[in-house]
Amino acid sequence: MIDPIFLAEAAVNGLLLGGVLALLALGLNLIFGVIDIVWIAYVDLVMICMYAVYFLVQVYGWPIWIGGLVSVELGALLGIAVHVLIISPILGSAPVNQLLATGGLLFFLQSFATFLWTTDHRSVRLTLPTLEYGGMFLSFARLVAFAVALLVMLGLFLFLRHTYIGTAIRAVSQDREAMALMGANPRTVYVVTSAVGGALAGVAAALLIIQYSVHPFFGAAFGPLTFMICVLGGLGNMIGAFVAAFIMSEIISIGGVVWSTEMGYVIAFVIFVIMIFVRPGGLFARRA
Amino acid sequence: MLELRNVTAGYGAFTALWDVSLDVAAGEAVAVVGPNGAGKTTLLRVISGMIAPRAGALTFEGASLTGRPAYEVVAHGIAHVPEGRRIFPMLTVADNLKMGAYLKVARRAYAESLERVFALFPVLSERRRQRAGSLSGGEQQMLAVGRALMSRPRLVLLDEPSMGLAPVMVLRLFDLIRRVREEGYTILIVEQNVRQVLKLVDRAYLLEAGHLKMEGRAEALAEQDFVRKAYVGL
Repeated sequence: MIDPIFLAEAAVNGLLLGGVLALLALGLNLIFGVIDIVWIAYVDLVMICMYAVYFLVQVYGWPIWIGGLVSVELGALLGIAVHVLIISPILGSAPVNQLLATGGLLFFLQSFATFLWTTDHRSVRLTLPTLEYGGMFLSFARLVAFAVALLVMLGLFLFLRHTYIGTAIRAVSQDREAMALMGANPRTVYVVTSAVGGALAGVAAALLIIQYSVHPFFGAAFGPLTFMICVLGGLGNMIGAFVAAFIMSEIISIGGVVWSTEMGYVIAFVIFVIMIFVRPGGLFARRA
Repeated sequence: MLELRNVTAGYGAFTALWDVSLDVAAGEAVAVVGPNGAGKTTLLRVISGMIAPRAGALTFEGASLTGRPAYEVVAHGIAHVPEGRRIFPMLTVADNLKMGAYLKVARRAYAESLERVFALFPVLSERRRQRAGSLSGGEQQMLAVGRALMSRPRLVLLDEPSMGLAPVMVLRLFDLIRRVREEGYTILIVEQNVRQVLKLVDRAYLLEAGHLKMEGRAEALAEQDFVRKAYVGL
């Protein structure tokens, strides 16, 4: 029998991991909801930003929070670049071409990172304490990452709810042609959405590099999980993605303690496959 | 105010409009009637820039709008209430109206425009916090018209506003459109409900299979076999 305190610790860790996963899923979902394209290489953009933070902080000795801000800006720029250079020219073509193009970007980024920085695992070494609470050991880095992720998601919510462009982004995701009739240039809305999605990747990168080491195939670890969360929550459904992120992270975290980390992922993916059959439209599929 | 000269337009290999010329003068209310599939919706889509004409010219208040995209056309003062209303169902009524005022000039006059729209359609004010998708069909149509007015247009294009509405609501809606007219907006309306629409407008065009067949004063046309003709196609 497993000590309940380990289970409690796993549950808390799952919750903390869920914050960052939710951030990734919301970024990907935002882009899909508005532009109708899945950025297969989304987490690989995160990987590039993680390297940026690594070099700034670990090699050049910049404070981590400035590294984080640079990461957000780099993410936004990468988001705009992906849209303008790759997505925009093929917007009207078959969806499979768009998947192939962003899939190609994924391989490009992985190879590019391997070529420049080798396959070494690199991490930012911060001297952050481990907290003990009621017999549970919790990493301070994870707590910070969770808190920042929640704050950023709150900011995203307020942006989408209360600004003109944010409301326009939601409107375009419901009816892009009607929004053009209101005077919104769809191109502008797409670029802003891509920038916001990219900036979220930048935030996630800064939060991940203080917990995990980065390597060229980092995207392979978190990418599938992020897509799974988006599909489970219902593609384009922000609330669904938010909830699904926590469900998945809890399964992985608790499964990891009860059996093993690998088993945690196996269980999560099996549950995902079953859910696809039971609720193909996602957990919170809206009735038509 | 609005001039179409020899406009031909369509989708892919299909041509929906052939060589159409049409005028709307400032302050006028003009209808385009005709059977299903006559090209009425395509005509409005060409005017608002949702599709580009293959040939012909489009001018509004002296400025050429031929081939301009929709988001530019609306800035010139033409608001299009599209077929099927096309409101944003998951946004609140208030946010829908806010999106209507997306243009910078419209944004500055937002509060004043909102007041005018609420005066015209008080039910929108009552339901401003509700999701637009939860409104009844008639209320959704009012929202679509109100949203279009938020852009501060001079010409309003209405595509089948009575479509899918209960007969009582149709009559009420035509009353409301009459009030919109009295506010000073120029109106170009496309309708299948010919009898009702001819009571509303000054002039009408009959469109059949993509060709303009007739044009004339509404009262004169209402008496003719023109009306029957338009109905036969239904």
